[in-house]
Amino acid sequence: MLFDLDALTLARMQFAFTVSFHIIFPAFSIGLASYLAVLEGLWLWRKEQVYRDLFNFWKKIFAVAFGMGVVSGIVMAYQFGTNWSVFSDKAGPVIGPLMGYEVLSAFFLEAGFLGVMLFGEKRVGPGLHYFATLMVAAGTLISATWILSVNSWMQTPAGYSINAAGQFVPEDWWAVIFNPSFPYRFVHMVLAAYLTTAFVVGGIGAWHLLKDTASHGARVMFSMAMWMAALVAPIQIFAGDLHGLNTLEYQPAKVAAMEGHYETQVGAPLILIGVPDDEAEITRYQLAIPKLGSLILTHHADGEVKGLKAFPKDQRPPAEIVFWSFRLMVGIGFAMLGIGLWSLLRRLKKNRLYEDRWLHWAALFMAPSGLVAVLAGWVTTEVGRQPYTVYGLLTTAESASPIAAPAVATSLVAFIIVYFFVFGAGTFYILRLCGKSPDRVDPETEHGPSHAAGINPGPALKAGG
Amino acid sequence: MTVDLPFIWAGLIAFAVLAYVVLDGFDLGVGILFPLAKKSHDRDVMMNSVAPVWDGNETWLVLGGGGLLAVFPLAYALIMPALYAPLIAMLLALVLRGVAFEFRWRTKRGQFLWDWAFSGGSLIATFAQGMALGALVQGIPVVNRAYAGGWWDWVSPFTLLTGVALVMGYALLGATWLVMKTEGELQETSRKQAWVTGAATIVLIGAVSLWTPFLEPIYFARWFAWPAMLFSAIVPLLVLVCIFGLYTGLRDRSDYRPFFSSLGLFVLCFAGLGISFYPYIVPPALSIWDAAAPDKSLGFLLVGALVLVPLILAYTAYSYWVFRGKVDPHEGYH
Repeated sequence: MLFDLDALTLARMQFAFTVSFHIIFPAFSIGLASYLAVLEGLWLWRKEQVYRDLFNFWKKIFAVAFGMGVVSGIVMAYQFGTNWSVFSDKAGPVIGPLMGYEVLSAFFLEAGFLGVMLFGEKRVGPGLHYFATLMVAAGTLISATWILSVNSWMQTPAGYSINAAGQFVPEDWWAVIFNPSFPYRFVHMVLAAYLTTAFVVGGIGAWHLLKDTASHGARVMFSMAMWMAALVAPIQIFAGDLHGLNTLEYQPAKVAAMEGHYETQVGAPLILIGVPDDEAEITRYQLAIPKLGSLILTHHADGEVKGLKAFPKDQRPPAEIVFWSFRLMVGIGFAMLGIGLWSLLRRLKKNRLYEDRWLHWAALFMAPSGLVAVLAGWVTTEVGRQPYTVYGLLTTAESASPIAAPAVATSLVAFIIVYFFVFGAGTFYILRLCGKSPDRVDPETEHGPSHAAGINPGPALKAGG
Repeated sequence: MTVDLPFIWAGLIAFAVLAYVVLDGFDLGVGILFPLAKKSHDRDVMMNSVAPVWDGNETWLVLGGGGLLAVFPLAYALIMPALYAPLIAMLLALVLRGVAFEFRWRTKRGQFLWDWAFSGGSLIATFAQGMALGALVQGIPVVNRAYAGGWWDWVSPFTLLTGVALVMGYALLGATWLVMKTEGELQETSRKQAWVTGAATIVLIGAVSLWTPFLEPIYFARWFAWPAMLFSAIVPLLVLVCIFGLYTGLRDRSDYRPFFSSLGLFVLCFAGLGISFYPYIVPPALSIWDAAAPDKSLGFLLVGALVLVPLILAYTAYSYWVFRGKVDPHEGYH
């Protein structure tokens, strides 16, 4: 079946597959690196053992997730060339230096200090160790800055001209980096990463609270995560709205697909649920609120909203995908807000936060929700900018390498096999690490009272070095 | 006078690739030698000797790839499809060995699986890199800004030779690294391995060096034309110095000399390659000036590189300094 597809489709499948696997890990590790910095900071400041235990608990999980992010990221750095060589040749002079800056200012920083953070605790003092943790956290954020600038430039190109060889060449670096969609996309993605981590941490905290309500570590991490949910989820919804308005300005076809609008309308409804049909150019079985679409997008009940029919058929993104991925993302966003508000309500009474088992089950269920929302959001923005790689200027079909279909199909199969094996195992190990009690003190790095009291360090630790 | 930015960048990219080869070279080499260690404890020590630094080492590979895209986008767009199969194989192998650093500590039952992923991945990645390098040296046909060769051009007697040569070379780096970082029985074993891999590496370097000038007339002219030969002859002479250092270092049971002599060998081979290549980046079609991005791209990234590369070297050196000396078998956070 795979071998019947053309090279372009296969290359797109390969990119979608490898980038989707990749984004899961940075989305999680950006937030987790900052969380580790907070935990170690609290430990150094307050000297409460629980922060140290939590730091060591999440550090191991970070190491596994970060390793998977690194190796899947190396693949991305080369895939531009192997499968999208025409794009690389044409866009390289603009996006290449930005990615070069990402490597120089972020990847080396993370990698250089990760070793000290993971292995160097006994070799450097607490101050330097904390510095290393901060550098790892800073590296993840710097990396996000550059790569989102690259992606945003591809969505809303600015500051370039086109030379005789057909290459995009830089004219104004400031305009390239701070292209129109970059600030919105950056804020939206970093908040998404923080929410993703908050819900993973909250879900794991909830799991341990369900097993043992008294667990000190579980209480602290659950409470911290719920604060993040309550504070960041509303900000994220607001930031997402601004990002959407920016998209409406620069990529109206994408917004039309997200909304499921085919007709250009004055006083457009907000379609909550429906089934878009790109062939028939209609969204069937609509459940819609009149005028709300215009109100949200133009801030006027009778504002005009462009539909997909306003664009030539070969310049439209597939609404059948974008419509659903967008709803999935937004739905999860509001569910996160709900959990955050629920937790605030429970804080009104002492200890209720740690005893509401329904809340804990809900938080556990929501643990992977951030990852799903991140993927859905990226599907929305990436599928929504089709058929272009550089929006309005270079089509996806023109971007691909002149590679024969069988070669791409073979490598795609190889990627699928290796990734499922490797990342399946990695996820399993992460879950197993998550399942260990956060209160257990690691006897290798710790000689605290609980260890002296003879708590069994557990079989998995014996497997360690 | 204008600054020749493509020339400067060719030097910087070459430096990144060299840094990658020598740094990831020894940790891939440790992976290649991994299955030869009989005791599980020895394997733990071998792994721990590179665990804190492998990630930084591999970042040079990302810089090599990312830097090529930034400053020589056309070369990137030609080399990557031309070397499609070996590069994909290398990437997948690097995935397998990279995750093994963490995964093997997370399971007792499945540890053997990740040990195989580590050694198999290291071996395949190295062999693929060697073949890719050989294929680049062989030359890449280009028509109209696109790769114009066949999909199996990267397989030839020459590329098989360079593949094997790199496996031996990395194994030598790995063995001498372990001589430097370990003690007792493991160090003894590593020293024996260094003798074997060292001899094999030297023979293979000789074979590749003698073969290369006959692949392309430009390479031949570079090495044997008078008076350029006076300068290019320095490289083989220095190679002899490094071989002497390796030999005496192993004979005198020195901790450091074998490793640094082996590093020297790699640096010199790389310099030799540079002598053959210059000023081509995709021989024989494309010079560095043909492939370069506009000066505005090169200049912009150069500013950052001039500030950041020294910083990177400083904290990389610091990180090696923190983990200096013999590996403590009881260390590690796992």
